Amino acid sequence: MALPGRLQEVVDEFAGLPPELRLEALLDYSRRVPPLPARLAGHREAMEQVPECQTPFFLAAEVGDDDTVTIHFDAPPEAPTTRGFAGILSEGLNGEPAAEVLAVPNGFSSALGLDRVISPLRLRGISAILARLKRQVGVQLEARSATRSQ
Amino acid sequence: MNPAVELDPSEKLRAYAHPERLVTTSWLADHLDDPNLVVAESDEDVLLYDTGHIPGAVKIDWHLDLNDPVERDYVDAEGFARLMSSKGISQASTIVFYGDNFNWWAAYALWVCTLFGHEDVRLLDGGRQKWVEEGRPLTTEVPDRPTTDYPLVQRDDTRIRAFREQVLDHVGAGGRLVDVRSPGEYSGELLAMPDYPQEGALRGGHIPGAANVPWKRAANDDGTFKPAEALRAIYEGELGLTHGDDIIAYCRIGERSSHTWFVLSQLLGFPRVRNYDGSWVEWGNSVRVPIERSREPGPDPRLKAVG
Repeated sequence: MALPGRLQEVVDEFAGLPPELRLEALLDYSRRVPPLPARLAGHREAMEQVPECQTPFFLAAEVGDDDTVTIHFDAPPEAPTTRGFAGILSEGLNGEPAAEVLAVPNGFSSALGLDRVISPLRLRGISAILARLKRQVGVQLEARSATRSQ
Repeated sequence: MNPAVELDPSEKLRAYAHPERLVTTSWLADHLDDPNLVVAESDEDVLLYDTGHIPGAVKIDWHLDLNDPVERDYVDAEGFARLMSSKGISQASTIVFYGDNFNWWAAYALWVCTLFGHEDVRLLDGGRQKWVEEGRPLTTEVPDRPTTDYPLVQRDDTRIRAFREQVLDHVGAGGRLVDVRSPGEYSGELLAMPDYPQEGALRGGHIPGAANVPWKRAANDDGTFKPAEALRAIYEGELGLTHGDDIIAYCRIGERSSHTWFVLSQLLGFPRVRNYDGSWVEWGNSVRVPIERSREPGPDPRLKAVG
């Protein structure tokens, strides 16, 4: 499985924990979601909602001039599991090259070993977030190559 | 019923058919130390309890604790007894459930406990949201309750639970069906978007003859239930349900319809209300079941048979 280095480390960290501590680790990641920059705070219209998550959850991915990806998440504190997923993806993918983000397998989350401790149904939330994030990155790359080829 | 824990005498609750099924936040705050009472949090978000919960509350998770891990069904008698015992709940305990999202999962857990005949189960009116908004205490300390000797009780799936085949018969007999999902889900207009993972069904729409009353209509914005009079206006007035009706409620996976099941059977006292927990995820994936795809309940199948 081709995972960017830091995301692979996060996956290894979870997989190496006994199941009862994985939930605690997820809670820890839920506290590590970076705050929104001022231009996005309170501007959910500039972000994309993930309707698969039952609580309001928004994301925005930006591809910089150097082709690296910056991800912003807006998730309420009442949704710590979703925030935990956001924390894992921020930690694992922020600053990575766009091509590497696009190459993350959609099912990577199964390697976290969380299916037994949070249920497979809830794990779908992280796949939905990743799918939307990758779509945003793909759209921006395409728009850029269209501009460059003109 | 002669409960070990006194009832909440609140005036609002006394107007309901079964006031013994609800407690208010202020009552609960005054009874947290009652040795016969166990508070249980059941949430959509499996980590929410761990961020802070009502002091002394145990966590009961729908996915992990109440569902069988292999079959799509609830745990059996052994599984339920093991769960109750491990949480320090005895058969005589009063359980007060509360949770996030307007008590959806708390109502679900209460419904499952009722399948196992646990007698004294109550909901916290307003759930977690109201407790938190009132600035009441939360703790991350997990209580260490001694295990109990909970007896083996066979689940009774006949009274308050409906299965797909029974729903089919119910449709054919023109029985009352309440679809508690949003109008978009009901009409079938909410469709899957391309490239996005979906957990739902292959077909959209609703069960023919079902009336659409979204679950939220029974709740105030602060998470509490609407007063008895307002609920009667919706379900008896608008919808025309009467006491003798055989009623089945459903949603997508059975959690929102537990909320409505609670309203109809416990708050309004309809004697025959079942929750179809297979709900749309089962129906919309089933081969050769009738589906109505419109904003209307659809033709009465009895008229079709006659005409």
